[in-house]
Amino acid sequence: MNVLLSFVNSLPGACGQGLAWGLMAIGVYLTYKILDVADLTVDGSLATGGAVCGVLIVMGVNPWVAMLAAILAGMLAGLITGLLHTACGIPAILSGILTQLALYSLNLRIMAIGDTAKTKATLALSVDRNPLLVSSRFVRELSLRNPILLLAIIVAAAIGLLYWFFGTELGCSIRATGANQNMSRAQGINTDKNKVLGLVVSNGMVAMSGALLAQYSGSVTIDMGRGAIVIGLAAVIIGEVLLDKVFRNFALKLLASVIGAIIYYAVITLVLRLGLESTDLKLLTALVVAVFLTVPYWKEKYFTKAKKEVGTDV
Amino acid sequence: MSDTRSMLELHGVYKTFNPGTVNEKRALNGLELTLAEGDFVTVIGSNGAGKSTALNAIAGVWPVDAGTILIDGENVTGLPEYKRARYLGRVFQDPMTGTAATMEIQENLALALRRGEKRTLRRGITKKEQEQYRELLKTLDLGLEERMSAKVGLLSGGQRQALTLLMATLKKPKLLLLDEHTAALDPKTAEKVLDTTDTIIRENHLTAFMVTHNMKDAIAHGNRLIMMNEGRIIFDVAGEEKKRLTMAELLDKFTEISGNSITNDSVLLA
Repeated sequence: MNVLLSFVNSLPGACGQGLAWGLMAIGVYLTYKILDVADLTVDGSLATGGAVCGVLIVMGVNPWVAMLAAILAGMLAGLITGLLHTACGIPAILSGILTQLALYSLNLRIMAIGDTAKTKATLALSVDRNPLLVSSRFVRELSLRNPILLLAIIVAAAIGLLYWFFGTELGCSIRATGANQNMSRAQGINTDKNKVLGLVVSNGMVAMSGALLAQYSGSVTIDMGRGAIVIGLAAVIIGEVLLDKVFRNFALKLLASVIGAIIYYAVITLVLRLGLESTDLKLLTALVVAVFLTVPYWKEKYFTKAKKEVGTDV
Repeated sequence: MSDTRSMLELHGVYKTFNPGTVNEKRALNGLELTLAEGDFVTVIGSNGAGKSTALNAIAGVWPVDAGTILIDGENVTGLPEYKRARYLGRVFQDPMTGTAATMEIQENLALALRRGEKRTLRRGITKKEQEQYRELLKTLDLGLEERMSAKVGLLSGGQRQALTLLMATLKKPKLLLLDEHTAALDPKTAEKVLDTTDTIIRENHLTAFMVTHNMKDAIAHGNRLIMMNEGRIIFDVAGEEKKRLTMAELLDKFTEISGNSITNDSVLLA
């Protein structure tokens, strides 16, 4: 009973964290689902977003401006990965790993900006000293300071913007690029350019998520993005498994990823209350993603034999 | 034929795959071809004769080793595939290739309507277009006009090929490239799709290049027929002469020119 009570008590926190990670999940959705690329840049660009935003806030820059800078930094990371992949011919997954690795060094440098040290692995933000947009401290408060409110607004705005963008000629051509490259080129679409563009948009979202997470948790750490891709995938997959049948519209599909992230954090909170160590979470997350990816594959492979090759008539 | 403009010119086109390896294959060997406006040429030849390679060279799937390719007088030899798309309509052998399965029928058409144009931040599909698509889909007589927001992945192979044809010609191409586009369909469906092909080419006065494995189709369709062998054109008939061409003559021609290779090409005899 005690466990249950403390779980319910921690739900607002899971909700806040899930919303911030939800933006990251949307970024993963864009690459993994729309572009059909597993982009591992995100482990690095999430921390880059946090680092850029954190450093600027500590320097006294307006937090909205700091967040915008973080988004641009993330987009730049996506641009690098995209160019490594398209202009240099490196496989997408390796391109992402290369950028991610390089960002580890860069993030340590970024966090040390304005400091006497040359590199820095952590950066503390405090809602008492810094003008943070969101802070987990107020997550159970019934006031306008409650971070869930602003996070929900930001998530809604981001979904709205992406919904509009992917309905434009350019956005449609990016979706086509992910759906069928041969067809896209035959329709005059520059698939390389579109892949780069998709990676840019995605990593912008991821960096924004990092910037919000840094403020929410009050700290930037060099490791904050480690395994982020798997958490993002978990959110995307949970959202898809639970809501794919109900959510048909593109905006709702993006929302499903955010809901997936919230559910993910609710479950994480629960298993922590049940006595798991927080260091066990990466194992758990990896298991969840592996299982959720395996089930549909096995279903297709072992349980749908008879259904093929019907309806070939015009 | 002399006073019409040429829509396609291939001059001395060479292409070798895997050069310098044991798998080296000279696929195009100084290919020469000129298509006049309105020509509908069918292209036959045994496996590896260079039919599809010729088509891919025109489409710009990869750069050629030597030679020039002109479309309506413009040299496109150096243009990448997506830039040549402005001039070309294409239908592929695999019904999966020509359409985006996870996108709606109308979204696929909207992508095709903007072929060769800059993709901007304007709406990807407008109300006005939807009406146009509905009318066009009606002409296919497959009931697709009632399913415009259905995902293309739900359609059968024949429906997808018919849709791809529509997409390839929605914006009038200077040249329509058909790469064995009925080979993956059952005979009845293949015939229907070929009928649609004929209608679309005739009504839009298109210039077309149709690769086929089927001699009967090659004879029955188009105003010109070419046979390829070892990366070159070895037989070229048009007009009345082509109309009189029979299966038997064509087979004779084939054996005469390419020696006994006919015997080990069962597909051709199908």
